[in-house]
Amino acid sequence: MSRSFSTNDPDSFAAREQRLREIRKQADREFRAKIAGSQKLPPVGIASPETGYYGMPVLKQPPWTWEIPVYFFVGGAAGSAAVIGNIARMIGADPKLVSDARWLAAIGGAISPALLVADLGMPSRFINMLRVFKIQSPMSVGSWTLVAFSTGSAAAAFTSAVRKRTGPNKLLHVCNSAADFFAALSGLVLCTYTGVLIGATVIPVWNQNVSILPIHFAASGLNSAVSMLELRGNYSPALNSLGIASALCETAVGATLEMSKRPATKPLHEGKSGWLMRAAGLLSGPIPLVLRLLAGNSRTPRSKKLRNAAAISSVTGSLITRVAWVQAGKESARNPAISLELPSASEKDQIESR
Amino acid sequence: MSGITAFLTDSTLCIGCKACEVACKEWNQVPEDGFTWRGMSYDNTGELGHSTWRHVKFVEDGASSGFGGNSPDVFSWGFSSDVCKHCENAGCLEACPTGAIVRTEFGGVYVQPDVCNGCAYCVVTCPFGVIERNPADGRAFKCTFCYDRQKEGLKPACATACPTESIKFGRIEDMSGEADKRMGHLKDLGFDDVHLYNPIESSVGGIHALFITRGDPTTYNLPPHPEVPTKYLRRGWASAGVAAGMLVLSALLAFLGNGDGS
Repeated sequence: MSRSFSTNDPDSFAAREQRLREIRKQADREFRAKIAGSQKLPPVGIASPETGYYGMPVLKQPPWTWEIPVYFFVGGAAGSAAVIGNIARMIGADPKLVSDARWLAAIGGAISPALLVADLGMPSRFINMLRVFKIQSPMSVGSWTLVAFSTGSAAAAFTSAVRKRTGPNKLLHVCNSAADFFAALSGLVLCTYTGVLIGATVIPVWNQNVSILPIHFAASGLNSAVSMLELRGNYSPALNSLGIASALCETAVGATLEMSKRPATKPLHEGKSGWLMRAAGLLSGPIPLVLRLLAGNSRTPRSKKLRNAAAISSVTGSLITRVAWVQAGKESARNPAISLELPSASEKDQIESR
Repeated sequence: MSGITAFLTDSTLCIGCKACEVACKEWNQVPEDGFTWRGMSYDNTGELGHSTWRHVKFVEDGASSGFGGNSPDVFSWGFSSDVCKHCENAGCLEACPTGAIVRTEFGGVYVQPDVCNGCAYCVVTCPFGVIERNPADGRAFKCTFCYDRQKEGLKPACATACPTESIKFGRIEDMSGEADKRMGHLKDLGFDDVHLYNPIESSVGGIHALFITRGDPTTYNLPPHPEVPTKYLRRGWASAGVAAGMLVLSALLAFLGNGDGS
């Protein structure tokens, strides 16, 4: 067969070439339609100074699963409870409140290490955390703090239980006071260090908020500790005041985060983490604040009901706060624009600052 | 080889053969990690991670006459083999709570697999997204700088396998001299867009894996200002101190102010 270059002949070389081009165009159209309809397929990117390397992330996402945000929540509540309990005791407040706070701290102090160990890639090697103490590693400082807190809060609960059985005993009293104080001191670190832990990382949404995070986590911890004590039937006016203070602080933090329009804080406003963060902010800030102000300092059934509602809202909000921050970190790590200082990040900045 | 060592990865010599990836996997017995078509260029490795310690990046450039095919309507290619940067101020090393990550006598950053407990804090403190936790194993892994081979006076596996000397390895001072020489030579040849990637002015304070790229290094996902996250510690702890103070103060005021003393 001789090769013909006429396109009229369907078997001709040119016609076959034309057909191949059509097939290619059709495949291209269909592929584009397919990726437009599915978010699972990666977008067809390019590598350039505007997009980075095919839009691939520069950073790795935190691989932490649910245990870590729950640990932040439990540790925060337990640490704050130890502080509240110790101060209440020093001032001579209701012994039931002091005892409940002590038990809350001890239970949290028992659950927290379990959560932290469960998240380790090699849980059997948790003990390696105690090979060294590194002041420059918040994970190291935190591990030692947690061990101190768990020991202190357990000792406080144990000595108080023994004291209740054996009656007044000078030595037990001293041991109990010391353990309470030790738990409160380590509790202070426990409910704040987690903010430093995620703040001192390369994840933009975390490190850009390193000054806010410890305050946010401490307020959230206090809010949940107060609320848990109320749900245990402690309705002292002091707890309501503390609840108001922490809800006020959370409202301020929530507003600051909401108004922060830097490109790095985008995950706090958009997507799954944005909605979680807003829900958490409302549940821990304005909602309990209003309920607590309405409840006032009376001990009427209506006031107790309002305070219970505020407490449930705060505890839920506190848990969601930690989930939202971890989720925001994951979403932040996926976006290469901040690390690479891509024009898309700075343009956004300019538009938003206008 | 003795003293402090470094890689110099020259993308102008790289032909994208991925021999470095293969050699690294074989020598270090890095686990296989499946085969996925990524739909971007010929790079189906994707990124560095627990099972990828060398990664050849494939950058497709628009047609440019004289380079990459000598035809004005043909793509040109840029290849660059990425690797752990072995930072002077290494985020992973600072953050590691077990002391599993250490600095070797060659200046490299090495994870001791018998110590690592898989807390994954290094993962979120690496400004280059290099180290990763292996979900199957539980521990974190990354390039060892072929510590075992260097101990025996050998070059790392990737540099040994590289057929074009795109991956050079030697004393760090020789490598930075070599880099300057090569940059001058390339510019003389008319490659006006060559860059040497060595973020010595950032808080990372220099790296042990230098890269020569054509075009902006951000094209290869090399961040212009990598930061070691320990720089945020001061602000973080200051804020934690303020938070703790506020907590104690508010509790004191609440209990004293409400006359809860009985």
